[in-house]
Amino acid sequence: MTSRKLALIWKHKALYLIALPGIAYFIIFKYIPIMGSVIAFQDYNIFQGITGSAWVGLEQFERMFQYPEFLRILKNTLLINLYDIVFGFSAPIILALMLNEVRKMLAKRIIQTIVYMPHFLSWVIISGIFIGILSPSTGMVNHFLNLFGIDSIYFLGEDSFIRTIIVGSGMWRETGWSTIIYLAALAGINPQLYEAADIDGANRWQQTWKITIPTLMPTIMMLFLLQIGNFLDFGFERVDVFLNPFNRVNGEIFDTYIYEAGLLQNQYSYTTAIGIFKSVVGLILLVGANFVSRKTTGNSLY
Amino acid sequence: MAIKESRARKAFLRTNMFILVLVSIIMILPFIHVLAQSFSSSGAIDQGKVSFLPVEFTLDNYNFVFQDGSIWRSFGVTIFITVFGTLFNLIATASLAYPLSRKELLGRKFLLFMVLFTMIFSAPLIPTFLVVQNLGLLNTIWALIFPTAISAFNLFVMRSFFMQIPQELIESSRMDGLGELRILFQIVLPLSKPAMATLGIFYAVFHWNTYFNALMFIEDRSLYPLQIKLREMIVDENFTSDPTSDFYTTMLSSSPEGIKMATIIVATVPILLIYPFLQRHFIKGFMLGSLKD
Repeated sequence: MTSRKLALIWKHKALYLIALPGIAYFIIFKYIPIMGSVIAFQDYNIFQGITGSAWVGLEQFERMFQYPEFLRILKNTLLINLYDIVFGFSAPIILALMLNEVRKMLAKRIIQTIVYMPHFLSWVIISGIFIGILSPSTGMVNHFLNLFGIDSIYFLGEDSFIRTIIVGSGMWRETGWSTIIYLAALAGINPQLYEAADIDGANRWQQTWKITIPTLMPTIMMLFLLQIGNFLDFGFERVDVFLNPFNRVNGEIFDTYIYEAGLLQNQYSYTTAIGIFKSVVGLILLVGANFVSRKTTGNSLY
Repeated sequence: MAIKESRARKAFLRTNMFILVLVSIIMILPFIHVLAQSFSSSGAIDQGKVSFLPVEFTLDNYNFVFQDGSIWRSFGVTIFITVFGTLFNLIATASLAYPLSRKELLGRKFLLFMVLFTMIFSAPLIPTFLVVQNLGLLNTIWALIFPTAISAFNLFVMRSFFMQIPQELIESSRMDGLGELRILFQIVLPLSKPAMATLGIFYAVFHWNTYFNALMFIEDRSLYPLQIKLREMIVDENFTSDPTSDFYTTMLSSSPEGIKMATIIVATVPILLIYPFLQRHFIKGFMLGSLKD
């Protein structure tokens, strides 16, 4: 390091001091846990700690892939995320395009206010509402089914609906809110583009395909890549609030399993191995998807 | 041709509006259903009579919720972590975002990458739990505040806002002999009020909805935040109302459905009351974060 650099650092030493607590936060609560992941290669014992516990190499990872439970939970996680990408990711794009066509400003604002609202409710409240409306005896969904002579279904009391409920409740909460970023991109389109297309005789449908969608593409790809990067990270809360002994088999995902088996049953090393698996796969997916996207569409995160 | 086109256009606009109204109704119907049940008698709810209008109107459910004191304690805990936690978040985030926004800080590229990396590669759960445990934070209210002091996303948003503050302004403040800390608190922060409001709301809603961290870190019932309490009241007993369960008979006599619904309304109304005000700020912050860089 040159003396000129040292002098520059010394001159602005106050800046470094101010940054210290924040840096300490990231080291203590992010990087020490990442380093603490070495317990995945141990048979971690609470009383002996990291230094005292026995090293077992890749045993925990081997155990992971031999365990039938793991494959069931991997399947649940993959399926729930797949549904969420197919339906949950495309719904806000379509809703934003539809909202963008509305010319009556008052109507537009009212619709926006309503569809954004569920975003502010916690998952616990969301599950309370869904458990209420799906209740076999008192819920409105079954009241509706009864009107058509269909018998009441106990949606949360069996394992065949749980994935749909998890993805559906997420869509109910987030679809409206997720349109904001697309609407912002749509608002930035130069109206002259449409006028020029009008003169050239392009109809609305052609304008949507040739002007609107291409303009949205960078935003869509950016959000898509982020979602791919979080593919195994569906989130603990939104699933945990719907799980019960009757639907656990098909609803349990990595995040809820790590909490149950790790914290409640003290399998620290094993569940940390699963956590590492999750993070590494996420990283590989993100880098891979980013590479493919840059080659094919020219859009990339970095 | 032109007339035909405009007629097709009108039909399209009408269909479009019709679908949007339908979507809005789907969004709002569950609220109305919950609201109707919270004002209905247990008898009417259990017979499946209540859909969108209260039947046998009563305030019993609300009286029950308001008399049960334990929910108020949880409200208190949540209000504390929301107010104090948000203040702490803003100061912590600003104190790292400000140095990172200055070109004089050598190594800021490296620091930014370090922060970005934590967004992509999340720290596993158990080691994080062990850190909180070793710091002696378990079962204290600080476990809900310190481990989430800075959100990487919010840090980037705040930094990009700080970067728009003219370098000359900072330089001239330095000339006037102001220290960096005073520049941050007396020049930079007052100029960043919109960003602080937006991020403050992001953090506040996060604290208000705190659930998983409390589930992990808090065992002491007197420190339960609102969401954990709500989960106990409205979700946990759900499956016991299944006829095959042992608890079924005991649950039948208490018929908690209306009370659950009243609890949901009581916990939701504070958010919905400030929602119109939040909405504007939230959207601003969302764009701030997405459009810069």
